[in-house]
Amino acid sequence: MNPVVAGITYRALLGRRRIVLLLLLPLGLLGLAVLLRLTGNADQRYATLLMENFALGTMLPLLGLIVGTGVIAPEIDDGTVIHLMSKPISRPVIAQTKFLVAASLLVVFAALPTYLAVWLLVRNEDGMAAGFAAGSLVAGVAYAAVFLLLGVVTRHAVTIGVVYALVWESLVGNFVPGARKFSIQQWGRTVADQISTSVYLKAEIALGFAAPALVIATVVAVVWAGLRLRAFSLTGDE
Amino acid sequence: MKIVLSQASRWYGNVVAVNDVTMTIGPGVTGLLGPNGAGKSTLLHMMAGFLAPSGGTVTLDGTPVWKNHHIYRNIGLVPEREGVYGFLTGWQFVLSAAKLQGLPDPVEAARKALATVEMEEPKDRRVETYSKGMRQRVKVAAALVHDPAVLLLDEPFNGMDPRQRMHLMDLIRTMGAGGRTILFSSHILEEVERVAQHIEVLVAGRHAASGDFRDIRRLMTDRPHLFRIRSSDDRRLAARLMLDSSAGGVTLRPDGLEVQAVEFRRFARLLPQVARTEGIRLHEVSPADEDLESVFSYLINRSA
Repeated sequence: MNPVVAGITYRALLGRRRIVLLLLLPLGLLGLAVLLRLTGNADQRYATLLMENFALGTMLPLLGLIVGTGVIAPEIDDGTVIHLMSKPISRPVIAQTKFLVAASLLVVFAALPTYLAVWLLVRNEDGMAAGFAAGSLVAGVAYAAVFLLLGVVTRHAVTIGVVYALVWESLVGNFVPGARKFSIQQWGRTVADQISTSVYLKAEIALGFAAPALVIATVVAVVWAGLRLRAFSLTGDE
Repeated sequence: MKIVLSQASRWYGNVVAVNDVTMTIGPGVTGLLGPNGAGKSTLLHMMAGFLAPSGGTVTLDGTPVWKNHHIYRNIGLVPEREGVYGFLTGWQFVLSAAKLQGLPDPVEAARKALATVEMEEPKDRRVETYSKGMRQRVKVAAALVHDPAVLLLDEPFNGMDPRQRMHLMDLIRTMGAGGRTILFSSHILEEVERVAQHIEVLVAGRHAASGDFRDIRRLMTDRPHLFRIRSSDDRRLAARLMLDSSAGGVTLRPDGLEVQAVEFRRFARLLPQVARTEGIRLHEVSPADEDLESVFSYLINRSA
């Protein structure tokens, strides 16, 4: 972890109007929670629906994509990353720092609002708020790592990320049960289910698979991103 | 410190960008001269550890530079692309470089570097409000902040106005005189001549020539020159010129003569003499290949 790298990365992501983009989805989530509360639908069933479909199913992967690729891909595109990489700092440390920045932003902009939204609906009944927040947290960390790697290895990180999040996790995952096994979102649900005792929350993937999968995906992605940065090449226009 | 390239090559698929280059860059100012697309940036990126040589080696005082972040304690790099965070102020940018270098007194180092490039006054403005020349100077300040022994600059004068260019040239000369190893690339001979004590010429990925600016000038003036001449009697002039050894060949065209002069100086004296003694009036004498591209193509053919 390098504080200077982290500082510049935070400023790049939160500076100017960028922060609005990050606030939009969590505000939407809280807005929906308030709406459900006002219409008298603040029960565990609706809380689960809102969390699974919006918080974990839409907001988290999208924020993960914005933040995970955002910590590095724009810098690689415009060449500013050279400023960090032409310094006596090991490239894996740069990758790790970028990952920590992305993960911390997902805690603030995804896991925390998730906790608040559930709390608005059902408080922490049957550990639901804690469960969904924890699921969102671990899945957010994994998304941060995977999308960071994507931002390092390809210039089309956002496109590929959208295809993964929307097509693979949502569409294919809905129709092909086997695909759900390899979905960060589903691993997050497993963790949420583990903590919450609510009957509405039913995860499909066993914790014995989901927990190691989360750890492996995160660690492998961060290490790999570091190795790719070590061999970062400037090809230029010649 | 010395950067040594030994049979360094770089290719992308079938395209060879840098072909078997062996050179040593030592203390003082070296200019890397070549036309656009000659592979200058590729070569510079290999020296800066931002590109692996496909063949051969690139070392800094004996240590390979590729995948070795420790070299950046001794190397300062000024890339050609903007590469400056627009949302930081000039001060923040240079200070971040000092901190990333892990200097004991980053504030003092940043202050000194900004003073060196005379950017103290606008240092608290955001980089995005700077002119191209100011950005370039801030980049140089960031590259200099740790007082590196080696400074690599990729096309540093591009887009600068004449005054900024003069200033940066002075700065580079001063630093070179101070014993630093400085290499900068450029496609403009005059720029290189004015700053560099030593010139390496790269053409089509190959190391075409090497020497001080006098050597390079000589190479460029002693090459065969092609002249277009129109006169009152082209045929008689052609016949007379061919009698002298300085003319390698004469082509008689409907619109005048094309003379290949193998000895430039001798030919330059011969032509007016012949015209006077033969009573031929010269309407036009123009060099047909004075542009830098043809100079470079001569060099590359010569080295082939």
